[in-house]
Amino acid sequence: MTKSPDVETKVRKEKKKGRWTRRGFIGAGLVAGGALVVGVAIRPGDRTDDLEKYVAGEGEHLLAAWVKISEDNTITAIIPHGEMGQGIHTALSAMLAEEMDADWDALDVIEAPAEKDYANFPLVREFATGGKKVPGFVFDTLNGAMLGIAKKMDMQITGGSTSVRFTGTGAMQTAGAAARELILKAAAKSWDVPVGSLRTAKSRVHHDASNRSAPYGEFAAAASEMKPNLHPKLKARKDYELMGKSLPRRDIPAKVDGTANFGIDAKVDGMKYATVMAAPVHGQMIASLDASAAEAMPGVISVHNMGGYVGVVAEGYWPAHQALFALDVEYVTSDASALSQEQLFAQYGAALDTGERKVMHKAGDVAKGAEGAVKTIEAEYAVPYLAHACMEPMNATAWVRDGKADIWCGTQNPLGTRMAVAKALEFDAENVTLNTAFMGGGFGRRAIPDYVLQAAELSQASGHPVKLIWSREETTQQDHFRPAVLGRFKAAVGADGMPLTWESVFNHEGEPKEASDVCYNIPNKKVEVVESHSHTRLGPWRSVDHTQHGYFTESFIEELAHAAGKDGYEYRRALLSGKPRFVKVLDAAAKLGNWGEDLPSGQAKGISIVESFETICAQVVTVDMSDGDPRVVHVACAADPGFAVNPDGFEAQMQSGIIYGLTAALYGEISLEDGAVMQSNFHDYEILRMDESPKIDTIILESDGRLGGGGEPGTPPIAPALANAVFNATGKRIRKLPIRDLGLGAAS
Amino acid sequence: MVQLKINGQPTNLDVAPDTPLLWAVREQLGLTGTKFGCGIAMCGACTVHVNGEPVRSCSTAVADVEGENVTTIEGIKNADGTLHAVQQAWVDHQVPQCGYCQSGQIMSAVALLRDTPNPTDADIDTAMSGNICRCGMYDRIRAAIKTAAQTSQVVGG
Repeated sequence: MTKSPDVETKVRKEKKKGRWTRRGFIGAGLVAGGALVVGVAIRPGDRTDDLEKYVAGEGEHLLAAWVKISEDNTITAIIPHGEMGQGIHTALSAMLAEEMDADWDALDVIEAPAEKDYANFPLVREFATGGKKVPGFVFDTLNGAMLGIAKKMDMQITGGSTSVRFTGTGAMQTAGAAARELILKAAAKSWDVPVGSLRTAKSRVHHDASNRSAPYGEFAAAASEMKPNLHPKLKARKDYELMGKSLPRRDIPAKVDGTANFGIDAKVDGMKYATVMAAPVHGQMIASLDASAAEAMPGVISVHNMGGYVGVVAEGYWPAHQALFALDVEYVTSDASALSQEQLFAQYGAALDTGERKVMHKAGDVAKGAEGAVKTIEAEYAVPYLAHACMEPMNATAWVRDGKADIWCGTQNPLGTRMAVAKALEFDAENVTLNTAFMGGGFGRRAIPDYVLQAAELSQASGHPVKLIWSREETTQQDHFRPAVLGRFKAAVGADGMPLTWESVFNHEGEPKEASDVCYNIPNKKVEVVESHSHTRLGPWRSVDHTQHGYFTESFIEELAHAAGKDGYEYRRALLSGKPRFVKVLDAAAKLGNWGEDLPSGQAKGISIVESFETICAQVVTVDMSDGDPRVVHVACAADPGFAVNPDGFEAQMQSGIIYGLTAALYGEISLEDGAVMQSNFHDYEILRMDESPKIDTIILESDGRLGGGGEPGTPPIAPALANAVFNATGKRIRKLPIRDLGLGAAS
Repeated sequence: MVQLKINGQPTNLDVAPDTPLLWAVREQLGLTGTKFGCGIAMCGACTVHVNGEPVRSCSTAVADVEGENVTTIEGIKNADGTLHAVQQAWVDHQVPQCGYCQSGQIMSAVALLRDTPNPTDADIDTAMSGNICRCGMYDRIRAAIKTAAQTSQVVGG
């Protein structure tokens, strides 16, 4: 952690005030008002010389962080990630302040983009274009500059637990350290003393020998003339003063008194309200629309046939919503109009039987490896589509007029959203302004900007500034669902009960690729995929495809343990030799969850361990099956994220991920009938509530591992841990989620 | 025109009488702390007080609260402008994540503590299970309610 991982030795380009490294860019410059701005842009992975290739790489993300030091010593952290409750503004600004020795209490935090001060910051342009001719889409703001790259990259800014992992260390800490070094250099020059004789604290430079001290801002202008260090030295973990502390989150005070500004709270002069109804079968188009009754309703301004959906613009949400029920609309039917849930999974099964397989992960030789086996064990597991069910229904506000568009919304992907709006309206990107707001839940849903495009289209069509709000029903049914997956598993086990081979095949590749791999030491394995899909829209869901595979893998390994007559914890442990981080996490969860203790009748424990986004997480669930249905009594959670920047925030993310995953395991199912989604609101898409919520204890383990994610890794282990606990309590194996209709009845 | 009191202020609402209180509060009065979650009284995000009792404003027509006292999240701070004990406990326990449901959670918790100053876990389950927190902060909400119960008694509030 003392070396920036993203700033490597090979220099490709050198500019007066900014430099490329092989994987990153550090720039500094003076902006309006005499403020120093230091920016760092990074991209995980390697880059090529040619920017075109650089930005077009598959699955690559570009992230940037900036810090501004004003003459009055105001320090502003500019953060490229949206706040959806994961505490990211606090964690990232702490990482910057740590390396910069900035005064935490006086630090301003704003979310990129759209600060006017960047208007003349040439390095942004240099960065975006690699010094080549400036394309039309690169304009004056940071946002504009980054858009050109976003356009080619399908950039997903806040997701994949990337914020702390990549932006944090690669950009925030690096920017902070680079800024501090620039200030120190300028101070040393100004005072004519060696840099080594200076120290920094709370946004001030001190020269103790001469008893001199001055605020950073005093050196801002001079520092902008200095070349930033390509290799700013990052602090050793033992020297951290802010990182590793549970700092109060900056966004919380506004979230207890109603003043927090969410997307749905946007206020624009002259604003009208809109709601929409899209074709219930995803992808279908409107065949006919009779809106005459709706248009005659009080408060209704206009009704729009937008091809794939109907939009109603009205004086308020309520009249707009009421008007939906007065619409007479028919849709063009297709083969998808007949698809049922049973047919969907039958289709998956047929694909697994005969479809073309692609190898995802391979080791040894499964045919040869099975030769010495005494037994072969097989199982099939199924998980359904899941909706995100963000508490804040999808919404966006748009004012499109005179060739310009102003947008207000919560989004996990501001740059991609802005680009998508520009494309939908056929505007140049510089004519689209995006104002971001807090997200009332994201979980991957708000990475997809469909609702924003509709707001823009309805503003354009109606000629009004429009706040579009989806009903809960629309939010549920027009979601982009977590993929439904069918997985088949086979293992050959030796006389000692340990697996000699591991084979699996499933019907959706998804992301990330490592999700379908197995963490255990098994000499021969083959993991394959066959693509089989429906017309239903898919999207990233908390932990992306780790929930499906975590459930499969951790259920099947438990079946192997059971077949071997062994304890699930000990069996896993034996298969994790040589993986000390895994063993440590597993042990910690077992200890925290009192694995092996005597339990009241009807209760049992289950265990699981899943690594996702470089955090290893194990959970022990205690379930009570006394009344025939699972009641989760306790969850013990152990996680190794390498290092937790904000331990309380990390713990909150584990608690949140567990409840999110528990909701899915117990209730979560989006199912199809006649091609349409059957669920609509919280009565039939149930969410875990206070009275069903278990006590959760979390332990965070530090290791020398790279920084792992926080928002997602708590979710994948909970479903298999619960399913295994249910088996241990009842002998009933859960091979399909959600867990229900067990047919057990209450224990006598 | 429907007359009622909102956060102590006499207010006239110029909306159709069947308009849910939620939309009148948010769109006519601009009090956007009260949130829309489900529209069918299943999630509690829209919880306000009517004469001190927690009510789902998404499913309460303005005509039904004519002449009543409505309190929203904007109206529960102490008279001196400091946070209500429940709000302060929410900060102390770092309860909110996305925060969207928290206005409703806080309104339910304030009503609970007024009626039941020392709630048991079962009391908390009963009073709070109408409020969904999709970020799953139930552990923290429970702990914060217990803290607020104690501090309320200390300050006599």
